[in-house]
Amino acid sequence: MSTPQILLALLAERPKHGYELKREHDQRLPGAKPLPYGQVYSTLARLERDGFVAVADVVQEGGPERTLYRLTSDGSERLRTWLAETEPPAPYVGAALFARVIMALVAGGDARAALDRQRAAHLERMRELNRAKTVPGASAAEVLAAEFALYHLDADLRWMELAVRRLTDLTEEMSR
Amino acid sequence: MSPLLRASGVSKAFGRTRALRDASVTIGAGEVVAVSGPSGAGKSTLLHCLAGILVPDAGEVHYGATRLDELDENARTRLRREAFGIVFQFGGLVPELTAAENVAVPLMFGGLSRAKAAEAAREWLERLGAGDCAPLRPGELSGGQVQRVAVARALAHGPEVVFADEPTGALDSVAGEEVLGSLLAEARGRGTAVVLVTHDNRVAAYADREIVVRDGVAAESPAVTR
Repeated sequence: MSTPQILLALLAERPKHGYELKREHDQRLPGAKPLPYGQVYSTLARLERDGFVAVADVVQEGGPERTLYRLTSDGSERLRTWLAETEPPAPYVGAALFARVIMALVAGGDARAALDRQRAAHLERMRELNRAKTVPGASAAEVLAAEFALYHLDADLRWMELAVRRLTDLTEEMSR
Repeated sequence: MSPLLRASGVSKAFGRTRALRDASVTIGAGEVVAVSGPSGAGKSTLLHCLAGILVPDAGEVHYGATRLDELDENARTRLRREAFGIVFQFGGLVPELTAAENVAVPLMFGGLSRAKAAEAAREWLERLGAGDCAPLRPGELSGGQVQRVAVARALAHGPEVVFADEPTGALDSVAGEEVLGSLLAEARGRGTAVVLVTHDNRVAAYADREIVVRDGVAAESPAVTR
């Protein structure tokens, strides 16, 4: 994930402290893994070192001191550049799944059974996502995050179906 | 879960094509089961055998205590009319009848008066969000509306199981999921079992369980371990 760029984007609104950044990250990207605190602070430290963010203020409201960070002009520029780029069109689980199928064939395992098990696991996850997106009161961001995962899992399943059909060719190729 | 439908060792050939080989599957009461697999794999043949539309060449199909494959054509037709609901990919509505009549006519076959059948049909169309379609003929409806009417028709007589053969196959994904959502919500609310034939993984993921058919061979999907 592009955690540094995401933090820059969240800071574009106004200066924020680390806890706020973590909370907003998790809220706005409901499909993503929650951001660990440690990573927020280590990322902020690197961004500060590179001149993309700066300390705006240190405040104390009852609790512990909190450092507010703000975006610098270099930070704004970095953010603009990132937003203008495209994601590399990389496969989703592709590599790991592909390796498992090929290695099952190499090691004399049952690649077909592995694909069947993987299909069942994928569908189970898709059922969970369907439930998540149809739960009453699901936010638009939650629905879209679930849909994103659903379309990618569907793509994996289609590839796996093709792999099942090509298993004979693949086995022949491997035994050459 | 008590088995509602059970096929054992079912085979069916069309000429020299063996569409289904030795299929053994069980559908529980109130269960939503997807029958998935590539085109031409034998999914619809399995559905048609389970629904008593086709008689298998070999094997048995049990609906509760009834041997479906041993009933004659008339008895199977009666059973389908009373206990089963069927939704096809392209609706299968009667083009000369209005949407309301399409839903009401099977209810009249079942013994309801014209007035009662018309009232029930209107209610079902409303429930499926197709109330406005009531006076229209199938030719005047969108694909999604046609499928809503077909779902209303399949559910209106209170069947124990609905067979749906690619019910969203002719719709875009948003309209398809709306129709599917309505069908499954109504079926689950009533404890009606659904056998859902689909080649679409996203549709299969709305079912509780999956049977995969490939090259005429049906297999229950393996248990998920994590």
